[in-house]
Amino acid sequence: MMKQHLRLGLLIFLTPVLLWLVLLIVVPHIELLLMSLRGRDDFGEDIWTFYHYRTFFTEEIYWYTFARTAVYAVTVTLFTFLVTFPVAFYITKVVSPRFSGFLTILLLMPFWVSELVRVYGWMILLRESGVINHLLVSIGIINTPIEMLYNDVTMLMGLVYTSMLFMVVPLISSLEGMDDSMIEAAHDLGASPATIFFTIIIPYAAPGITSGAIVVFMLALGNYLTPTLMGGKNSLWFTEQIYNEFIASFNWNQGAAFGFLLLLLSSMLIWTGLKISRQELGRALS
Amino acid sequence: MPPVLDIRNLSKQFSTFTAVDDISFQIEEGSFFSILGPSGCGKTTLLRMIAGFLAPSSGTIAIRGRDMASVPPNRRPVNLVFQNLALFPMMNVRDNIAFGLKRQGLTSSEIRKKVEAMLERVHLAGYGTKDISQLSGGQKQRVAIARSLVLEPSLLLLDEPLGALDLKLREQMKIELKKLQADVGTTFMYITHDQSEALVMSDRVAVMNHGRFEQIDSPANLYRNPASRFVAGFVGETNALPVRLTSNEPLTVQTEFGLEMEAVAGGELDGKLELFIRPEAIILNPAEELKHINRFRLKVRNILFDGSNTKFLAGIEGIEAELELTVALPQNEQFAHIRQGDVISAGVHRDSCRCYRRGES
Repeated sequence: MMKQHLRLGLLIFLTPVLLWLVLLIVVPHIELLLMSLRGRDDFGEDIWTFYHYRTFFTEEIYWYTFARTAVYAVTVTLFTFLVTFPVAFYITKVVSPRFSGFLTILLLMPFWVSELVRVYGWMILLRESGVINHLLVSIGIINTPIEMLYNDVTMLMGLVYTSMLFMVVPLISSLEGMDDSMIEAAHDLGASPATIFFTIIIPYAAPGITSGAIVVFMLALGNYLTPTLMGGKNSLWFTEQIYNEFIASFNWNQGAAFGFLLLLLSSMLIWTGLKISRQELGRALS
Repeated sequence: MPPVLDIRNLSKQFSTFTAVDDISFQIEEGSFFSILGPSGCGKTTLLRMIAGFLAPSSGTIAIRGRDMASVPPNRRPVNLVFQNLALFPMMNVRDNIAFGLKRQGLTSSEIRKKVEAMLERVHLAGYGTKDISQLSGGQKQRVAIARSLVLEPSLLLLDEPLGALDLKLREQMKIELKKLQADVGTTFMYITHDQSEALVMSDRVAVMNHGRFEQIDSPANLYRNPASRFVAGFVGETNALPVRLTSNEPLTVQTEFGLEMEAVAGGELDGKLELFIRPEAIILNPAEELKHINRFRLKVRNILFDGSNTKFLAGIEGIEAELELTVALPQNEQFAHIRQGDVISAGVHRDSCRCYRRGES
């Protein structure tokens, strides 16, 4: 009797999750997978083919875009870490506990606004007729406005900015758990500040760094909005490629193949990253 | 040869609060020195100044004759065992102990040899590859001590390292620590608020209160001849009775309920006084011919059975005061028949009645 109740309860609570997973993730992906493997032969007949996957490797522009996207996503992850780590360290270890909560909220506040609005905010600041150019010209540092948008550096900056939250939260939570006396103990045992940083603080925060890095990497890799709005004509992002196949070329089969390649290659990159840093996925995400 | 630690006129001021107030003392090579005091007395501040985590407001700290003023913590020949141990959870036992040695730039074969020898010494041989989380409380304790001791510091500072352990383990670690210190010969400076820890382990104990040392002495002297009212009350169990002076020669005092007692002075006497009597100093059924005995009759109110440490609480017969004396029962079971409500004659030798000025503290 009791067992049946439990099973019923489990079913009720699990159903929405299962429906979500199956209907919105599994089913569409199976559909996409099948679509990516369909093609037409010379006679216009529908056949099973790897043609769309082959295209990715034979057409230089595709895998070049992908490599570029991957390298930039890694760069974004790295920069996000470099920017947020001092912030997280300051909030958890330097400032008094009374202010750390306030500072955390201050840090999270911009993320209550949608990404689109935040990116437009940057555009208002950076564009040729924007705030910064206006200031620089009126002070007299430059004579004619400079176009600061639509290049790789600006795009990277935008991506770092939109990803910051997802790095800083796991970093704060992992550094918060660290006992200050551990730093003092290392200092007492003869370690210099640099040694303490690399042998105590970084290894201690490693699970937080890993989970933050995974999330930021995935988000940067799959980001569409920021590269489209802030990147130039030449800063092509792989998601744009997929979008083009689906919407512009109306080649759903090719787009589906690209989608799957993105999923596969990004998973491989994360797996390699975990192997190199000797971290475990389960531990990093727990 | 200069003493291991030489502290002169050391003070530490936190805005308006003086944590350490003009302290001077020396610690001799190879001794076990304890600082005993209630929480908030400034003992941890003193320790952190010696370790180098706090800069003194004034005064000097010299270790083996070398002034430490401009030496950062990682360059001082002292090591600290933290109250919460502060072991590194991401490293195994061996890497924890090897941490300091690696910073000294020893070769890996030397490090391995020293770590193994140290593991052996703290009875953890074979535990090198275990994770910190796999160890019990007592084992973590030993790793923390080994981690500092392996660096062969001039002085090992211990900040209440037994505080987190349960009672049984604490008793055991006390003895183990004392043995370890005798074995390695390193000078230990031990901070605690637990008088039993300080008395059992130390060669010398400094009793600290309000940022000052009240007395530096051997544990036995501290117990038998406390130099101040605070020491008399803080070290060991004692009965404190408010009294007033009636005669100076011989020194006689009268309790609030009218009992006259001969006593010895534990310092200058003026104003309000307090009389301290140890529970074990009260003799039951004292023989008639004994001299200098303050005699009274006790009415047993409660028996506190605690094995070899059994005591009873008693009031003075015929006096309805709140006052209660704690009396230790002799261990030979001679008085095992005592029950609640019994009246028994008792006495205290004059020399066991120590009289102090009643201060604010």
